[in-house]
Amino acid sequence: MAQRQSYQIGTGLFIVLGFAALAYLATQTTSLANYRQGDSYTLNVEYTNIGQLKLRAPVKLAGVRVGTVSAIELEADKLQAKVSLAIDRRFNKIPDDSSAAIFTSGLLGDQYVSIQPGGSPDSFKDGDQFVLMQNSMQLEELIGKYLVGQGDAGKPGDKGSAKNEVQPEAKPDQKLEQKPEPKK
Amino acid sequence: MNARMRAAGKIPSRFTEGLAQIGACGIFGLQVLVAVPRSLRHFRETIRQVWFVGAMSLVIIMTCGLFVGMVLGLQLYDVLSRFGATAASGTVVAFALYRELGPVVTALLFAGRAGTSITAEIGLMRATDQIDAMEMMAVDPRAYVVAPRFLAGIIAMPLLACLFNALAILGAHGVCVSWLGMDNGTFWSNMTSNIDVWKDVINGVWKSVAFGAVCTLIATFQGYTTAPTSEGVAYATTRTVVFSSIATLALDFVMTAFLM
Amino acid sequence: MNPEPTITAAADDALISIRGLSTRLNGKTIFDGVDLDIRRGRITAIMGPSGTGKTTLMRHITGQLAPDAGEVIVDGQNVWRLGRDALFALREKIGYLFQNSALLTDYSVFENVAFPLRQHLKLPEELIRNLVLTKLQAVGLRGAAELMPSELSGGMMRRVALARAIVRDPMLIIYDEPFVGLDPVALNQILKLIRTLNETLGVTSILVAHELAAVRQIADQIYLLAAGKIAAHGAPDELARGETPWTKQFFTGAIDGPVPFQYPAPDYATELGLAGSRA
Repeated sequence: MAQRQSYQIGTGLFIVLGFAALAYLATQTTSLANYRQGDSYTLNVEYTNIGQLKLRAPVKLAGVRVGTVSAIELEADKLQAKVSLAIDRRFNKIPDDSSAAIFTSGLLGDQYVSIQPGGSPDSFKDGDQFVLMQNSMQLEELIGKYLVGQGDAGKPGDKGSAKNEVQPEAKPDQKLEQKPEPKK
Repeated sequence: MNARMRAAGKIPSRFTEGLAQIGACGIFGLQVLVAVPRSLRHFRETIRQVWFVGAMSLVIIMTCGLFVGMVLGLQLYDVLSRFGATAASGTVVAFALYRELGPVVTALLFAGRAGTSITAEIGLMRATDQIDAMEMMAVDPRAYVVAPRFLAGIIAMPLLACLFNALAILGAHGVCVSWLGMDNGTFWSNMTSNIDVWKDVINGVWKSVAFGAVCTLIATFQGYTTAPTSEGVAYATTRTVVFSSIATLALDFVMTAFLM
Repeated sequence: MNPEPTITAAADDALISIRGLSTRLNGKTIFDGVDLDIRRGRITAIMGPSGTGKTTLMRHITGQLAPDAGEVIVDGQNVWRLGRDALFALREKIGYLFQNSALLTDYSVFENVAFPLRQHLKLPEELIRNLVLTKLQAVGLRGAAELMPSELSGGMMRRVALARAIVRDPMLIIYDEPFVGLDPVALNQILKLIRTLNETLGVTSILVAHELAAVRQIADQIYLLAAGKIAAHGAPDELARGETPWTKQFFTGAIDGPVPFQYPAPDYATELGLAGSRA
């Protein structure tokens, strides 16, 4: 009898452990982790181009996650994308002249909304709309600009600026990438 | 001349023999499925088998999971650093684990650890007339011996795969974050923003449920139909590992194609 | 074939009657028209040289192996016409003692004997305990109830298996080679148990064995099986006086006779390459 008890406890432990692992994998390492919504309030932004921004993408302020993208819809009359951001109640002191930009994490990463705080003494309230925004940077657009700038020999200034735009960005990046290589 | 003729005759006979084996295994599987409801009367036996095939495989599964995760972390960090995408290390590790390595490696380890012991146990029961004795006592061995092991395999395999994955993620985290100095926040946030519960985690669980069914079916079938000699049992355990591995990988391909 | 008038006369008294049984296994003829009757309440011994399919015959009787032709009637039912449930119901009335005991190695002696009860009857634990201990007492192993089969000797295992076979008070007990590998003491213990069970419970018993000395002490009837047929049958003393070459060889234990010493082989001289030189 004692033996029967012990293996039953062991089996129970195994099953609980297994389901705990499943729960851990499902909630802590997947997008469900981002879905954890406490009390939040909604802010709206209108973009002309949101790129690859998806539902539930993170909203960050100074790099810290403060909320998620809760809705994306097209405003038929203005032909603009209306993006709703669900911001955690705890972060209720965001100045109402802040801007909301769509950035890409890393070169190939997902896109997210980054809030750049302004200096206004007043804070956003539920349902407010951002006045300042920055559209998603499209890689194709950048490349296109670069190619057009290079092809247009009549405007040296443009060409220079295009180069300046791309190269400083690329160079430190490459250096960063090179860093781990010497250890090989 | 004679030998060659015999060899020529052997190929189709081997082929048909293989077909017959697959057919017999299929029929056996159906009989076991029919016996499953009856086996629920001995549910305690199923619990005992979960202990044997599941809990007793924990150590090997968790150790292997840890190492697989550490290796993946190391390799992917190195490879991804060439593309400047080390931030994605954790994500790629998780993708590889949830979708493929977790279910598949767990199934292969399971076949080697639990499958062989199931085959040897049932094979010895066959060799020592215990299976016949049950039939003579009007107890269907498919319901009493096979079905509980089959159910236990289906229950234990996904749980083992989840534990394997969890340990592997922790291993990868250890290598990438603690050793190679990747940022902890980046590791997790990149993962959480890319891994989908249903498409990645749950699909992997479905896979391991199927692998659990196939591996235990093969193991029990080989044990049940073994030649009642020590050589027969030895052959049967070998065949369990070989056939389980092949079946797992083939089924993996088919399921991946359907689940994508 | 051996259609003797005595068999038909005894038919209503028969618990088991087998008619025209033919079986081929792996291309080898095991039975070629066997007729046989097992009478109620008696001990019938099936004897014969090794490899004549005595165990196969038992497997036909219990419905584990299908014959190619012929019928097997057990307690008025044709075993091979029965569905699974009816067959299992029939088997519940048969106790089978396996040659190597076939105890379930995972369970203790007590649980082994209790196994048939637990599987088929919903009895209160107390009743199961009493029944099991009674049967264990009958085989003299009540004190070993909590041991595991691996802790028992061969003779003890067989006695436990016997307790398991009789725990549901069957109408028929089949003993498959119950004397093999036993020392004289254990052999006599089993012998006494078989006789006691038969006398006290009135159980029909089939005894598959080739220990003539032991079988003669208890069997009411002996069937001698050889070359796929019934070579002889009758009471032990009758057969001992037997006239046929089969009985003679079997009962005297002569090395050569109808059972050849040599396995069938091509001519010895030819195989050694001596045939040519001799000619």
